[in-house]
Amino acid sequence: MASIGKIARRTFLVGVAAIAGGAAFGVYMVRKDAPNPLVAGDGEATLNPYILINQDGVTIIAPRAEMGQGVHTTLAALVAEELDVAWEDITVLHGPPAQAYYNQALLGLALPFHHYADSDFQHNLRKNVGMVGKLLNLQVTGGSTSIKDAYDRMRHAGASAREALKLAAAAHLGVDVATLRTENSKVIAPDGTEVAYTDLAMAVRDITPPDVDLRAKSTWKYLGKSMPRTDMVAKSTGTAHYAADTKLDGLKYATIRMNPRRSGMISYDDSAARDMPGVEAIIDLGDGIGVVASNTWLAMQAAEAVEIEWEPASYPADTEGLMAATRAAFDLEPNSTTRDDGDVTATVEGTEITAEYVVPYLAHATMEPMNATALYTDGKLEVWSGNQAPVIVRDKCAEAVGLDPEQVTLHTTMLGGGFGRRGEYDFSVPAAKIAAALPGTPIRMTWSREEDMRHDFYRPAAMAQFRGVVRDGKAQLVDGKIAAQSVTHTSSMRLVGQVPPGPDRGHVEGAADQPYAIPNFRITGHLADLTVPLGFWRSVGNSHNGFFFDTFIDELAHAARTDPLQFRLDMARAEHAPSAGVIEAVGEMSNWGSEKPANIGRGIGFTYSFGTPTAEVVEVEDTGNGIRINKCWIACDVGTALDPSIIEAQMVSGAIYGFSAAMQEEITFSDGAAEQYNFYDYDALRMHNTPAFEVRVLETNPHMGGVGEPGTPPSMPALGNALFDLTGTRARELPLIKTFDLIL
Amino acid sequence: MPTTLTINGNDQTIDLPDDVPLLWVLRDEVELTGTKFGCGVAACGACTVHIDGEAVRSCQVALADVWGEVTTIEGLGTPDNMATIQQAWVDHQVAQCGYCQSGQIMNAAALLAQTPNPTDQDIDDAMQGNLCRCGTYPRIRAAIKDAAQRIQEA
Repeated sequence: MASIGKIARRTFLVGVAAIAGGAAFGVYMVRKDAPNPLVAGDGEATLNPYILINQDGVTIIAPRAEMGQGVHTTLAALVAEELDVAWEDITVLHGPPAQAYYNQALLGLALPFHHYADSDFQHNLRKNVGMVGKLLNLQVTGGSTSIKDAYDRMRHAGASAREALKLAAAAHLGVDVATLRTENSKVIAPDGTEVAYTDLAMAVRDITPPDVDLRAKSTWKYLGKSMPRTDMVAKSTGTAHYAADTKLDGLKYATIRMNPRRSGMISYDDSAARDMPGVEAIIDLGDGIGVVASNTWLAMQAAEAVEIEWEPASYPADTEGLMAATRAAFDLEPNSTTRDDGDVTATVEGTEITAEYVVPYLAHATMEPMNATALYTDGKLEVWSGNQAPVIVRDKCAEAVGLDPEQVTLHTTMLGGGFGRRGEYDFSVPAAKIAAALPGTPIRMTWSREEDMRHDFYRPAAMAQFRGVVRDGKAQLVDGKIAAQSVTHTSSMRLVGQVPPGPDRGHVEGAADQPYAIPNFRITGHLADLTVPLGFWRSVGNSHNGFFFDTFIDELAHAARTDPLQFRLDMARAEHAPSAGVIEAVGEMSNWGSEKPANIGRGIGFTYSFGTPTAEVVEVEDTGNGIRINKCWIACDVGTALDPSIIEAQMVSGAIYGFSAAMQEEITFSDGAAEQYNFYDYDALRMHNTPAFEVRVLETNPHMGGVGEPGTPPSMPALGNALFDLTGTRARELPLIKTFDLIL
Repeated sequence: MPTTLTINGNDQTIDLPDDVPLLWVLRDEVELTGTKFGCGVAACGACTVHIDGEAVRSCQVALADVWGEVTTIEGLGTPDNMATIQQAWVDHQVAQCGYCQSGQIMNAAALLAQTPNPTDQDIDDAMQGNLCRCGTYPRIRAAIKDAAQRIQEA
């Protein structure tokens, strides 16, 4: 761990000023190929870390976690496009923890330029700097980066494998390789002789895959089309494998209880629980207890019966104290001033407005409660975990049970929702510890929903103070301050044991990096001194700043007596054409500005995040029996759209996730613990209150953007802005149910 | 005292306390893991199965109270022989993370058995107990309508 920490310290400097030094340091090490973690068995060939060929067919090894976003399908399509595999022959598996699967695109997000303004030079720099991800073993699914990261790598893997198969076939048939072609998982000779890839598995093992050029976009067969998802049949028949579906002989079932105040355990009394039906063991985990039984439900019943004395929280015990500490950060020196255009301290003529906004803590609340399955035998540990960060999970499990990482085998299963929650290792480690306490007994550990809800790594509560000036229908000045506990710092401490130096760009993303030309424009980030367990929540800083910034832009438009869509469009046109394009498109789709009855309100929201400018128009209706969302139009520009159906699904999913939070979700604290337990007090949109959607995907953006997160940030301000249009009341606080009579 | 259940047409003898919920009998004892645990309090619908054709939350039915034949997602259809509703799910590319979909499909199958041609209001009423954090509702709605049409035409 020490060496990773050392590398992390040096490479994180890239985020500050030492770009040249950081990149140069990176280049030497990162150009070396990471070893292929796949081991070919009898009759199998692994041509690179992404492809395995044997008698049964072609297996594509996905370096990223399938948590619903469809990444396995598009990763497979990238390989298949070059490899000429028949789509129905493809199997996709999660890759093991390995350096070869580092995420190059993720670290590139930390560079000190506004992402939307990337020149080709900056784009390449982002790519090269991102290669330090390999040194960090950054095998992480997050930041909407998977496809951007894989776009060249996976296609090259497919292309070089295809050429290797052709070389093997040429030797087998005794013909010139140049005469061969490939189609439907076969090499085909000029005389029509066909050799199946599966029959070449042995021969191709000895061939070094050549490097070849990638096919032109105009010839694509799979990419750019909506492919049947590779996980769809399994997920429609109950046969997809999530971690808690792992079947092992002699399986026992476990659950845990940990401190809801998120610190240590003083003592516990399990006398009432020990004799309960089915209970086989109660294990002291140091900071909590594990109960092992013959059935999960019996384990949960017994866990409830254990009396535990917990240590107090290290942060203020209630929401009031937490919000006061967050507000106090406004008076601290800013951690970041990554946007400082013109001079916001000068006197600027025009109409001035100010506003303050506040949003609550949020839970991820994935459908699948946290769980993992583990088996410890003879100094070896095997773990099944649906996770977004396999190297970290493996290493932390190893550390927890006193093994070396090489003694741990981690199987990444399907994830029943991630949204950032499953980038953590906290749910895998207890399963490993319980298994280590009962060698030879496989343990399937499942948390109760209550344990899951109260032990999340939350999206922080956040506040913002904005001042703006408008004149002649345009914004002349925007000066914003954002206060919250830092997700970046809290998570980095937890994952690598230190805080990255320099400005925390994630803290202000969604505000400081927005592609608007405003002559005097400053955003400062202020970090609250708090220790609440925080994590990456779908779209991270954009999830609160998108609401703050875009709502304030809407307020400025009204102060300027300008149409809110036109107001945004004018500012975007002068700064970033793809952003202007999506604002224009969503206006056209929604027939913006058209006549509407008095009980209908419409609002627009726009956020540039993860490389994808996204604009949404929301229509709300006062039904006389509460307000409902009727419709949402979304326009996004992803540069190159690899799978339109998946992109559409992700945009809709992102917006529903955002609406759910904006309308009703809130984690509050009392006595140091979250006050929400289950879906009855932390709910989301359901069938009856989900609007209709219309999505348009544009492809003018010069660089590829992400799709998993960008739908979320603009949904929240768009809804608030629509409610303002309907009611004349401006929502400056979430959740909106506090202010409006919404149909839940 | 062992209890005998009929699950997907097979008799199963279960040796667990009477109050263990059917969900945990299915998952841990019978190893039918297609039925999912989401909340334990009937707030999400992930554990939905059929008892005598009626959609029930299996986390709320104690082993001793199971009053009829149990059908789980595995009994509805298999990857090689999917039920019409499952085929509609595949054709509309409904699932994302997929964790709630067994429950959604079982609930939708029961809806179509009772209401062969459901209106939007029928779908809202029947499906609002089934939570999906990925937000697949628009495609679920489309798949239900499509399946309804296919079943009627069959």
